[in-house]
Amino acid sequence: MSTILIIEQVLNGLQFGVMLFLMAAGLTLIFGVMGLINLAHGSLYMIGAFVAAAVAGLTGSFLLAIAAAMAAAAVAGVLVEMLVIRRLYAADHLDQVLATFALILIFSEGTRWVFGSFPLFLDIPSEISGPVTLPGGIEYPLYRLVLIGIGLAVAATLGWLITKTRIGIRIRAGENDREMIAALGVDISKLYTAIFALGAALAGLAGALVGAIQSVQVGMGEPVLILAFVVIVIGGIGSIKGALIGSILVGLTDTLGGIFLPELFKLFMAPAAAQSAGASLASMAIYILMGAVLIWRPTGLFGARAA
Amino acid sequence: MTDAVLATKGLSKSFGALKATDDVTLDLRPGEIHAVIGPNGAGKSTLIDQICGGLTPDAGSVTFLGRDVTGRSVPARARMGLARSFQISQLAMEDTVLQNTLLGAVGAVGSPWRFLWPVVKNRRLRARADAALAQVGLTPHAAKRVSELSHGQRRLLEVAIALTLRPKAFVMDEPMAGLGAEGSKALTEFLDRLRAEAPILLVEHDMDAVFALADRISVLVYGRIIETGTVDAIRASDAVRAAYLGADR
Amino acid sequence: MIPEKLLNLVVLALLLAVPYWASLNDAPFTITLATRATIFALAAVGLNIALGMGGMVSLGHALFFGIGGYTMGILAFHAQSFTPLIDGPMVIEGTKSMPVIWAVAMGVSALAALVIGALSLRTAGVYFIMITLAFGQMLFFFTISWSSYGGEDGLSIFLRNEFPGLDTLVPFNFFALCYGLLVLVILFNARFARSPFGLALNAARQSPDRVRAVGLNPQRLKLVAFVISGTITGLAGALFADLNRFVSPTMFSWQTSGEIMVFVILGGVARLCGPVVGAVAFVMLEHFLGGLSEFWHIYLGLLLLLIVLFARGGLVGLVARRGAAHD
Repeated sequence: MSTILIIEQVLNGLQFGVMLFLMAAGLTLIFGVMGLINLAHGSLYMIGAFVAAAVAGLTGSFLLAIAAAMAAAAVAGVLVEMLVIRRLYAADHLDQVLATFALILIFSEGTRWVFGSFPLFLDIPSEISGPVTLPGGIEYPLYRLVLIGIGLAVAATLGWLITKTRIGIRIRAGENDREMIAALGVDISKLYTAIFALGAALAGLAGALVGAIQSVQVGMGEPVLILAFVVIVIGGIGSIKGALIGSILVGLTDTLGGIFLPELFKLFMAPAAAQSAGASLASMAIYILMGAVLIWRPTGLFGARAA
Repeated sequence: MTDAVLATKGLSKSFGALKATDDVTLDLRPGEIHAVIGPNGAGKSTLIDQICGGLTPDAGSVTFLGRDVTGRSVPARARMGLARSFQISQLAMEDTVLQNTLLGAVGAVGSPWRFLWPVVKNRRLRARADAALAQVGLTPHAAKRVSELSHGQRRLLEVAIALTLRPKAFVMDEPMAGLGAEGSKALTEFLDRLRAEAPILLVEHDMDAVFALADRISVLVYGRIIETGTVDAIRASDAVRAAYLGADR
Repeated sequence: MIPEKLLNLVVLALLLAVPYWASLNDAPFTITLATRATIFALAAVGLNIALGMGGMVSLGHALFFGIGGYTMGILAFHAQSFTPLIDGPMVIEGTKSMPVIWAVAMGVSALAALVIGALSLRTAGVYFIMITLAFGQMLFFFTISWSSYGGEDGLSIFLRNEFPGLDTLVPFNFFALCYGLLVLVILFNARFARSPFGLALNAARQSPDRVRAVGLNPQRLKLVAFVISGTITGLAGALFADLNRFVSPTMFSWQTSGEIMVFVILGGVARLCGPVVGAVAFVMLEHFLGGLSEFWHIYLGLLLLLIVLFARGGLVGLVARRGAAHD
């Protein structure tokens, strides 16, 4: 097992983690501020990927595709918020789960209707498609480095937005006290729509960016959504910092577990058995991590409140 | 002090910089009603939560029936006979009055692990629940859902549930709240008789009720007890007048 | 509006009458549909105990459904391939006997529910939803990577398992077995709702502080309810596997969890036969809408949205008034 392989895998884990962060950040904001659990967040991710693939196919411009993906996801988010989600803020979690589950069905089948059942492909633009040589002679795909950069930049921007700006202060006020913020004259329903749109745009961005390294297909959103839930459980609901750290922990655990657990098992098992046992265990590694965090801190690493 | 049923010693609890209770020492003796009064935000609810086990104090101890119960859970203290009522009624609103009272009986008997036999047909549980309902005068309303009861009736139901536990002490959190003059008067008379059953630690805002009922009063201000004494002593206390009654009247 | 008890009887009678009629008129597909609905109903009755009585919004019940299914699959696979399940100092053989499979499926599901319930109940609310969903997904990925039992492709069982004294290859007989189990479990549920435990569990959902104040531990009550709930859904999973003679990771998927929850809601939460009505309605929608349009999930989604936003009591709530709480 070489150092190069380890560094490569760490970078892969980091890249996976920051993409999860784009999903988890929106979810955790929406839950933290509005108290809403949104299963349809994965559909927004899928919409981002499909729109990016379609726009890139038409125009050939990757940047335009990304912008269209974010815009489409944000528009879908705003529509859904105004038509359905708005009625659910005061409802119990069960209603939220069911209504957003219904939205998944509608979005998934609707997408299948429009785009068909075959996966689409989104090409990485040639300027950032090749490998790049890192210090120490490691060859690594430039595109994945770009993803890491974008993810970290979004994280930094969100952190700044929440802690330093006027809208961030309103968001935090909304988390603590809805009446108070309404009394201050902030239009709470516009604020909610804005937060929802922001979360949706981030999900769309993630879908578009990941769509270029995976196939774009119906149902791609939900596995990512569930991983984002794991991230939030680990990081703590409502915390952007928790979402970032949770995402990176999950990304690294999943990627490194898949590579190293079979190797580890080979130390004391026959290779074939080790491969299969290691792979099985690796598939559960992040959930075991989640269970461990739950035993240690039931409200997550940075979670302030039980929800 | 050895004959105290329930006693706290040096109870302190802080939330950040706020000292919600600060070195609170008080006791409840057999047969008495000991009232705790104090302005809003004085730490009364925090005190009750520590006595009943919902909050762990930062320092100090709670003794019940001669045993240190500081580390015991709410259910464990309840099983020992520490019964409480809540400021905002905590009842199963969709269930009937009888069912709520039976819940107390199930808890008192300590065995909810029976899955097949209807609880209303269990003679032992039923007898306990019926007796408690009769004692508070709710028997005619046994079949009603809690959501159909008046405020005052819900208070009585809380007491009935407490009675099924055959309590050794009651802790009541503002039972008069929201009752109106008539209701307060009726409940005051009822509590006066109830003290024969077990002593009552009564946290209350309603001064008429407190002065009518209390054998002793403790005044809690900013988390500290500034005075404990008989009704007359409290009425005469300059410190209390200054800190509490003066501001209120 | 009709009394709920009457509705329950009508629903259960119809669920028996239709496949019986089908067996006389040689319509095996109708029997298969009825069996499917019956098994889904059983899974949903299980979830309803956690959801309706205990207030635990579990989005991971596919986990128990899948465990039940794989228990059947693994035991029958070893029996049909004549390989021991466990070799070594103690040899354990597979089996084709339904009662044994059911017992093992329920036991394993109960154990899983105990572990997952104990972990998940450390939290509440939305954490609970996410965690149960995540544990379901964990088993989904685990079975995909578990190559000894077919991995992603799943396991096929050539012949339906056996039940002493009954030819299970006759569709109506297998239906009758499933139906019998469903009725047994509903009877258990009805009694259980009125027992001391049911009373305490109901109260724990409505007012945990009150339950604590009478000396009971609401978390422990909920955990036991979660185990009962998981056990029943696990049994349904074993039957479902036998109906299809096939198990695959799909049984563990989040869609399965969502669908089991849809059965409960479609019918009516915390109603005794809500899950039955919901499962039957779902299977009928699947059959008829699915025949009309490839994209019938859109209509299902819209229907579900309408129910959540406008008809909180589900289908049972539309036609039956609620009886006295627990007379």
